[in-house]
Amino acid sequence: MIGIENIVFLIVAAIGIGLFVWQIRKIRKNILIGRDVELADNPSERINKTLLVAFGQQKMFKRMLPAVLHLFVYVGFLVINIEVLEILIDGIFGTHRILGFAGILYSGLMAVNEILAALVIIACVIFLWRRNVTHVPRLANGVEMRAWPKLDANLILITEIVLMIALFAFNISDLKLAELRGAHLAGAFPVSSMFVNVLGSDPDTLHVIGRVGWWFHILGILAFMNYLPSSKHFHIIMAFPNVYYSKLLPKGKFTTNPAITHEIKAMLDPSYQPPAPEVDAEGNPVMQRFGAKDVEDLTWKQLMDSYTCTECGRCTSVCPANITGKLLSPRKIVMDTRDRMEEKGEHPAIFKPNHYKEMGVERVEVTEEKTLLRGYITPEELWACTSCNACVESCPVNIDQLSTIMDLRRYLVLEESAAPASLNAMFTNIENNGAPWAFSPADRFNWADELYVPSKN
Amino acid sequence: MEENKRLVKVPTMAQMAANGEEPEILFWVGCAGAFDDRYKRVTRAFVQILEHVGVKYAVLGTEESCTGDPAKRAGNEFLFQMQALTNIEVLNAYNVKKIVTACPHCFNTIKNEYPDLGGNYEVIHHSTFLQQLINEGKVKVQGGEAFTGKRITFHDSCYLGRANDIYEAPRDVLAALDADLVEMKRSRANGLCCGAGGAQMFKEPEPGKKDINIERTEEALATLGAGNGVIATACPFCMVMMNDGVKNKEQEESVKVFDIAELIAQAEGLSK
Repeated sequence: MIGIENIVFLIVAAIGIGLFVWQIRKIRKNILIGRDVELADNPSERINKTLLVAFGQQKMFKRMLPAVLHLFVYVGFLVINIEVLEILIDGIFGTHRILGFAGILYSGLMAVNEILAALVIIACVIFLWRRNVTHVPRLANGVEMRAWPKLDANLILITEIVLMIALFAFNISDLKLAELRGAHLAGAFPVSSMFVNVLGSDPDTLHVIGRVGWWFHILGILAFMNYLPSSKHFHIIMAFPNVYYSKLLPKGKFTTNPAITHEIKAMLDPSYQPPAPEVDAEGNPVMQRFGAKDVEDLTWKQLMDSYTCTECGRCTSVCPANITGKLLSPRKIVMDTRDRMEEKGEHPAIFKPNHYKEMGVERVEVTEEKTLLRGYITPEELWACTSCNACVESCPVNIDQLSTIMDLRRYLVLEESAAPASLNAMFTNIENNGAPWAFSPADRFNWADELYVPSKN
Repeated sequence: MEENKRLVKVPTMAQMAANGEEPEILFWVGCAGAFDDRYKRVTRAFVQILEHVGVKYAVLGTEESCTGDPAKRAGNEFLFQMQALTNIEVLNAYNVKKIVTACPHCFNTIKNEYPDLGGNYEVIHHSTFLQQLINEGKVKVQGGEAFTGKRITFHDSCYLGRANDIYEAPRDVLAALDADLVEMKRSRANGLCCGAGGAQMFKEPEPGKKDINIERTEEALATLGAGNGVIATACPFCMVMMNDGVKNKEQEESVKVFDIAELIAQAEGLSK
């Protein structure tokens, strides 16, 4: 039966979804600030990777405890969404447990849902404990873990717990009402049936609690959805495309800039004809910077990386530079890229980077420049990187922190000649001697002098 | 003993070409292998192995030049490409097909980054090459120093391991020594960098609490435990960093740092 409640629901749902789409378009626009890069090759390998790393959570299992707890929340999220679908249909058409006709299948689904919902609550409580009581270092430390990232993480965990409790309130009241009527409620409810009497046995109260639980759950989900783009929790969407578009080449292969190749070839061979430079819509040649100074110099994939980051800090916790007290934190590089992107481009409904930028800066001495380089990320951080790929290896959602670090370094060297003096000396040695040290190329073969092996006979 | 050894005349590509010959492999020595006093011993050990098994090989000699790796990792793409294009011209002129190198940085650069610039070769790191020689029975790992029961821990090079997913080849080579191989807690894909990658080899570390090689050496020493032991490496930069770390910890009497090629040459009785 369709009543006023259903119409209100329909309007609220439409507003919630509309707002979400509006935010997604902003984020899409931000990501497209980035340079174009061709990443559509090899779809079968990409799908495989997405199944393993994103759907299968493969890289999470490098750390068992958080992996198992996260798996509860992840599977809970996926499976409980089927019940959310039912809630949506019930809400629109005024039906009650519309999928109940599925009988044993429905009972199984409801039972699994209830168990998962309980596991989600347990996992989220342990996560809160790890963040706020035991202070797991990678979650608690680091200059980038300012007020907002910490608040954001706690908000998400508390919201998830509240949503699950609302779901239980809805189920418990429904179950008790059916019991009072002497009827059988479609589905099986292993957790709610244990608590069937906690809400009392007044049918009117139970009815109200059930409706409140129902409304709270669905409004909670709509609010949650619109909170996502401002949060690290956006990874629940971005993880999938980000893994799909991840680097398939060996991690040691860094990008090659073809513009430089043409320049050198023309230098070595005056008859070499470099291809005509790219032109924009008005026919003006596109000036491409060497390396990256700001977000528009990075590729859309590197910008997508920063919207996928869950701020878990696995990268920073394995970074040799960070472990030994250097300024570099790969997580900060990724978070800074997102903040700068939203400062320069659009920002979602809730989060604005300037809300928290000034806090917890510590040793990172940024300048007033309105660019990613120096305005957010300092050369000292960039020069601490050993390019060891530990951050890239550790990231559960295949973020390539190293590529961003390298592009920023390239800008320092190629556009500003701002390498540390010792590296400039190394460059000079390579140019003059063909070796990074000051040895004469004539001595390069001296190692072979006076070399003996045992005779075979 | 004099009569039991022969002087090796290391063949160059130029000589081969002059004789109208082509070697089976080009041994790419690398700058550290050619100039660093410690790593020259690794180069010599590897050549002793090549001579011992009778592979037809050659080196570029004075025609070799830096691959450009340190320039590229330091952000100097221009200098890298200058080096790469010049080297590719030399390699292609000699019609080189197969390259073996003992340096993971040279290996990674030639294998992964030269193809974009017109240099396409089969590139093999010496760990994989030695593994093949052992598997084929060409190197029997006998006749020299016995390593049975000796504690050895292998330190993964980032540019061999994470960068190129080569974790087992160096371990297989060490396994042939019948030694007591012990793994550090951070090994294989989780291995901790020695601190030299990304052109750090050529600069002072940024301000921090500790040097990375000290952190790694402490882990290696703790893994080896008391008494004698070997830290095995497969990279010239790792070797420098681990050697410095062991000296810093004043353990150079009991703990030695060796490249896997040196250990094999010793076990095969090719060098002292």
